[in-house]
Amino acid sequence: MTDKLARASLVALGVVVLYAVVAPMLAPAAWHEVSLAAARRAPSWAHWFGTDNAGRDLFVRVALGLRVSLLIAVVCALVSTVLGVLVGTIAAAAGGVVDSVLMRFTDATNALPHLLLGIVIVAFFPGNLVAIIASISLTHWPQVARIVRSVALTTHRMEFVDAAYLTGASRGFVVARHLIPAAAGQAAVALVLLLPHAIWHESTLSFLGLGLAPDRASLGTLLAISRGEVLIGGWWTLAFPALALVVTTLAVSGVARALRHRFAPQALARVA
Amino acid sequence: MDTLTAAGLVAGRRARRRREVRGLVGRRLLWTVPLLVMISLGLFVLADASPFDPLVGYLGDRYQFTSTAQREAITAALQLDQGWWSAWTAWLADVALGDLGHSRSYAMPVASVVAERLPWTLLLSATGLVIAVALGLAGGLVAAFRPGSWVDRVASGLALIAQAVPPFVLALAAVVVGALALGWFPAGGARPVVGAVTWVGVAHHLVLPALVLGVSQTPWLLLTVRAEATEALASDPVRGAVTRGVGWAQVVRGHVLPAALVPLVTLVGVRLPELIVGAVLVEEVFAWPGLAAALVTSARTLDLPLLAFLTVTSTALVLLGSLLADLAYLAIDPRVRADD
Repeated sequence: MTDKLARASLVALGVVVLYAVVAPMLAPAAWHEVSLAAARRAPSWAHWFGTDNAGRDLFVRVALGLRVSLLIAVVCALVSTVLGVLVGTIAAAAGGVVDSVLMRFTDATNALPHLLLGIVIVAFFPGNLVAIIASISLTHWPQVARIVRSVALTTHRMEFVDAAYLTGASRGFVVARHLIPAAAGQAAVALVLLLPHAIWHESTLSFLGLGLAPDRASLGTLLAISRGEVLIGGWWTLAFPALALVVTTLAVSGVARALRHRFAPQALARVA
Repeated sequence: MDTLTAAGLVAGRRARRRREVRGLVGRRLLWTVPLLVMISLGLFVLADASPFDPLVGYLGDRYQFTSTAQREAITAALQLDQGWWSAWTAWLADVALGDLGHSRSYAMPVASVVAERLPWTLLLSATGLVIAVALGLAGGLVAAFRPGSWVDRVASGLALIAQAVPPFVLALAAVVVGALALGWFPAGGARPVVGAVTWVGVAHHLVLPALVLGVSQTPWLLLTVRAEATEALASDPVRGAVTRGVGWAQVVRGHVLPAALVPLVTLVGVRLPELIVGAVLVEEVFAWPGLAAALVTSARTLDLPLLAFLTVTSTALVLLGSLLADLAYLAIDPRVRADD
């Protein structure tokens, strides 16, 4: 059952990525252009997903939006994971006051409502890609840090770590050579689990008009445009970006769940 | 204390429990106040670092038609030119004295904005929560009773898929179907544009947003209730009771429902941020005149007094929620220790 689901998710994810990468390259140049004569066309053989309010082909726009959303999600998940691994392993290796201060800070960050902070940060720096990525990354590392710390603590008590210290290794060496490799598997699973969250955050921020500028295609900005379009009958401007968002999220979550099942049955229950 | 008798043991344990709980509440509250102060400080620092001129947020389109002299006069009048330190300390001192400041985007005191909008947010969130709990409990229990049946598959499958649908997509879909295609409900607002505010009118406007908010919170609840109830149904006490001939109604009341209600306790604490975010999105799409929509407006226009108040209070709410959830856990499960 899980295997079948995992395989289906992997295939779906492959199709989504392939579509995002290839569709804009194969499409005729005219499909990228603003053309008011072709605006607000319903789906047809000429335009599979219809056209938007400026006459751009939505089959291409959705693919471009997927590219941006996936890219932002991957960068955010990477940054959060790196931050979490660093905090978790350093806390485990240092112990004592450093450990409890770092973990208090982690708990405090984790207790904050993520998206709320995201809205605030992005509102202050409108349309700034770095602000969007920072607002997502800076709120999602605590869960990774907690998991990594628990793995690193176990490793830190192992005899080979004692041996390393006895031969004169520094804490930095132990973190880099022993703790981080030991936590790498968990961190990888956490990274994949963070992807759907990041996609959601970006699209939500852009939907609220706080993320990317409206003319930059992302799943969020496309859905923000559809907010006005559905009121005058343009259901396809909502249906296709939403479908892309839901299929991508389901596929990534499916892959993440399979990975967790395989590599980290218990530890990651909280991240999802 | 007499620790040799059973009554003495229980009394001792109770006393230790009370100490634990007091310690937990004290520690958390001690942490909460500095955390909230730090958040407000961060907010003012970020606002100062922002390249976005709060005057543009205040004036909107009028900014272009305002002369430089006028701009300077307004900036001075609104005290927009002070640095983050003096702005923050002034705000903090005012708040400490009970003055929440003046909202620039709504042109009225922050306290009035909150007083005007809080009831609408409470109405929407409470109705949404009731719908979520009703759907989650009913769906989860039905699915748990017939695991693998088509009812279970449809309920669990729908919940899994719905988990991947963001609330704002759900809200837009509800507008398309409920307001445009069927025309049964209004597409936005909380009351008729003209005429008196009536209960029927408000209820009519409430249906779509409350449904969307409720349904968006249902999947997680349904899946958790299903898991807990399935486990309870397969447990020895339930099998024993069924074998002894105890009726199903009593088994459900005595064993299954208590187990399925545990997720409701966590709902208060752990899911509060999701509920707040859901409310933000639903209020935004349906133009619901609540606090969550005011949060987005204040963020967009850099209306710092209102934004700071709403951010700090919602963070406080979230922290309070997680404390309540932990306390409820302590009350339900005697094995849980309160030493964090």
